Amino acid sequence: MSERPQDMFREEASELLQGMEDALLEIENTPDDPDLINAIFRAAHTIKGTGGVFGYDHVQAFTHVAENVLDKVRDGDISVDSNLVALLLKCRDHIEQLVESAVNDEEKPVDDVMVNDAELLNGLRLYLEGDSTASSELSIADDPVEQLNSARYVEADNWHISLRFDAEVLQNGMDPLSFLRYLKKLGTLVSVSTLYDALPDMVDLDPELCYLGFELDMQTDADKEQIEQVFEFVAELAQIHILPPRANILRYAEMINSLPDDEQRIGEILLASGALTQRELNEALANQNADADSQKSLLGDALIEDNVVHKEIVDVALEKQSKAKARKASESRSLRVDADKLDKLINLVGELVISGATTNLQAQRLNDEQLLESTAQMSHLVEEIRDNALTLRMVQIGETFNRFQRVVRDVSKELGKNIKLEISGADTELDKTVVEKIGDPLMHLVRNSMDHGIESAAERLAAGKPEQGVLRLNAFHDSGSIVIEVSDDGKGLSKERILAKAMEKGLIESGQNLTDKEIYRLIFEAGFSTAEQVTSLSGRGVGMDVVRRNIEALRGAVDVDSTPGKGSTVSIRLPLTLAIIDGFLVGVGDASYVIPLDMVIECIELDDEDRQGGDLGYINLRGEILPYLRLRDAFNENHDYPARESIVVVQYGSQRAGFVVDELLGELQTVIKPIGKILQGVKGISGATILGTGDVAVILDVYNLVQRTTAVMGDVGKQAALKDASVTLH
Amino acid sequence: MMNEIKNSEAEAQLPATMEGDGDVYLQDNESLKYLTFNVSGGIYGVAISGVKEITEYPSLTRVPMTPAFIRGVINLRGNVVPVIDLAVRLGKASQEASNRSCVIIVEIEADDEKTDIGIVVDAVTAVIDIPNEDIEVAPAFGAEIRSDFISGMGKRNEKFVVLLELERVLSIDELAELTESLGR
Repeated sequence: MSERPQDMFREEASELLQGMEDALLEIENTPDDPDLINAIFRAAHTIKGTGGVFGYDHVQAFTHVAENVLDKVRDGDISVDSNLVALLLKCRDHIEQLVESAVNDEEKPVDDVMVNDAELLNGLRLYLEGDSTASSELSIADDPVEQLNSARYVEADNWHISLRFDAEVLQNGMDPLSFLRYLKKLGTLVSVSTLYDALPDMVDLDPELCYLGFELDMQTDADKEQIEQVFEFVAELAQIHILPPRANILRYAEMINSLPDDEQRIGEILLASGALTQRELNEALANQNADADSQKSLLGDALIEDNVVHKEIVDVALEKQSKAKARKASESRSLRVDADKLDKLINLVGELVISGATTNLQAQRLNDEQLLESTAQMSHLVEEIRDNALTLRMVQIGETFNRFQRVVRDVSKELGKNIKLEISGADTELDKTVVEKIGDPLMHLVRNSMDHGIESAAERLAAGKPEQGVLRLNAFHDSGSIVIEVSDDGKGLSKERILAKAMEKGLIESGQNLTDKEIYRLIFEAGFSTAEQVTSLSGRGVGMDVVRRNIEALRGAVDVDSTPGKGSTVSIRLPLTLAIIDGFLVGVGDASYVIPLDMVIECIELDDEDRQGGDLGYINLRGEILPYLRLRDAFNENHDYPARESIVVVQYGSQRAGFVVDELLGELQTVIKPIGKILQGVKGISGATILGTGDVAVILDVYNLVQRTTAVMGDVGKQAALKDASVTLH
Repeated sequence: MMNEIKNSEAEAQLPATMEGDGDVYLQDNESLKYLTFNVSGGIYGVAISGVKEITEYPSLTRVPMTPAFIRGVINLRGNVVPVIDLAVRLGKASQEASNRSCVIIVEIEADDEKTDIGIVVDAVTAVIDIPNEDIEVAPAFGAEIRSDFISGMGKRNEKFVVLLELERVLSIDELAELTESLGR
């Protein structure tokens, strides 16, 4: 069950790429936001680094070039425009493919991918042309304060490394010289200055202590991380400063400040080695002297004292830093857990719920007051554990929604339409297993809306609408379900065309009397497609009925509403969780059935007068028509109706219906057990559960049964019934 | 030579569960062990490697709105397992459950997924070895049940045991389709 490190890389990469994509899409609107640029850069940088660790050469090679371009973007050498964003988006997709093929241990990505590789690299190189040093400045620390002062970089092209070994370093078995030797493997050491000022007189010298420090300048293609790795083993025993080529002067000032040695002395060394020019040194030292009183003075303060920047700007930058820290802190408080482990836990909690119910049953049978009390307490706890365990698997739908930013952008370009995606209710939570399965149906719906729903800009202007079309994704909780809406402000569904098409396909017969809703719902029938042109996006006539089936497989339902000229809304209603629910147990014949409690409105007794009808009928419930279904008949039990029958009034979405049952057996917690492929397709049941007695009880599919109840009644029937009811009322 | 159990001894010797009994698995290439049982008067056999366990006729929960070959579902140690009435599936009359009725739990693999399915039989009779040379191909016609349900005819003491092709008899796709089409 343990994950391969490669798989973890894949997972990490896909998260990073998702972040990169989000940032790329956002940066189109705010091209100068350094946070976004940094986020994109960091994603590429991390993937390159980790890819290199695994020896994925293709990943590393490609990402490296992309990173160089991003680096120039960060330095402001290249400005962000939609061409660059489009190119980078393609690069992002390409990196994803490369990672995938590398993780799957393919020696070389397939040819298509390699052709893509070459094309994209050419595209990227256009941005890099005329610059050969790009590769040497890969990793400049992304400190916003530093960016404020972009003009004040030193001229030197070398990495500067300052080393002060602790005295005990030799006693710890490390030889400072070996690190310098190893460093040479990364590049050329331009200059090495040894600081021996700390050497005491020969008499006091302890041969087991190290008194030396070094100032190094080197030329290398390595990045900061690689250089840091050289000193990994000695990191705790030395003061190490690594300054990238053309680092900010302030970084030098900071370094000089933190070193124990005399400023002037260091200055001379830096000057001699060519790390700093005289002017740069003066500037750095001036900065330094300005706050010589406080050795620990913050960089930000130094800037202000120097009147270099306004206080507000520094505040903003510092605030950003602290926010980034806070984010880090909250990240480290969350924990990555294998989904299988969670599933196992939830299964166990399910078992606990069942055995708790068994214990309760026993306690009631024994009628021992103390036992009853303790089992009551236990069931309370079990209930809490159940709820908490379930929330572990709840995730926000936002991430799923955000994935559509890209889809909407790409598809609208493809279609030549101007479409904006609006997202609301992104923080609505639902079970991870549901989220995983909702992606495909949503994709169909979004593409469908963009393709068929939203008109071209010209048509929109002619219709007096804004040129830009709007596609909305919305989610909210509603009585034990989550509702996800995909809506557009397009031309709406054409009833006439749907009817004509349905007639042509033989889905309905002429003369059939359908309500608007029923007509719209026809689009979910198999083999139905009204698009005049079959496009690459949709129009193959498989989309909508697949959507419906996928959603029904999740115990959900899909519905559509539309206003001609104003747009359409498809709403998907899904259960919050697929694992455990509160149920209401009813008896029909000698079997018990579970109705999800969230959907039960009330229970009433069926009057003798109302009992005349067969398996379907209606009653007058406080002036409203309530169609009902007699489960005894629907389930083909025998017709020996008991002396008393009850109606359980249920609601699904906006529809209400009653189920006539023999007995009301009360509430219970139920664990939904998968019922297996064979029985999955049975209409009217949605699962099974195990009762405290160990028997299996079937969970009813309220949606299906309500549909069945109201469908037979029909609108005509309802009207007749209404008249009837008003007569009875008076 | 063969550990055949006489009919009368079957109930006494067959434990309620026979899980993980190493002895019953294939020992050489030449003969396979088969579990034989009665259904509606006929004797049938299945390769024992596909059998997970045998339970006495349990308390069943009927599932409404399903075809007749679905007897119901049972609770098998916390899992809900569908139970098929084998007689109906083989095209014969369903038999009332008696005290010799058993449910054989078999494991069917489809689409890389293993599914447990229970089959109701009138009585479990024996575990027998049938050498490969004693198995004849199913007759193309003349059999009482669908020919694709038969993997072969095993000869036993001058009588034939119909060896069932469980993957076909309990084809999950086919059963699911039959179940689903009923609701339409």
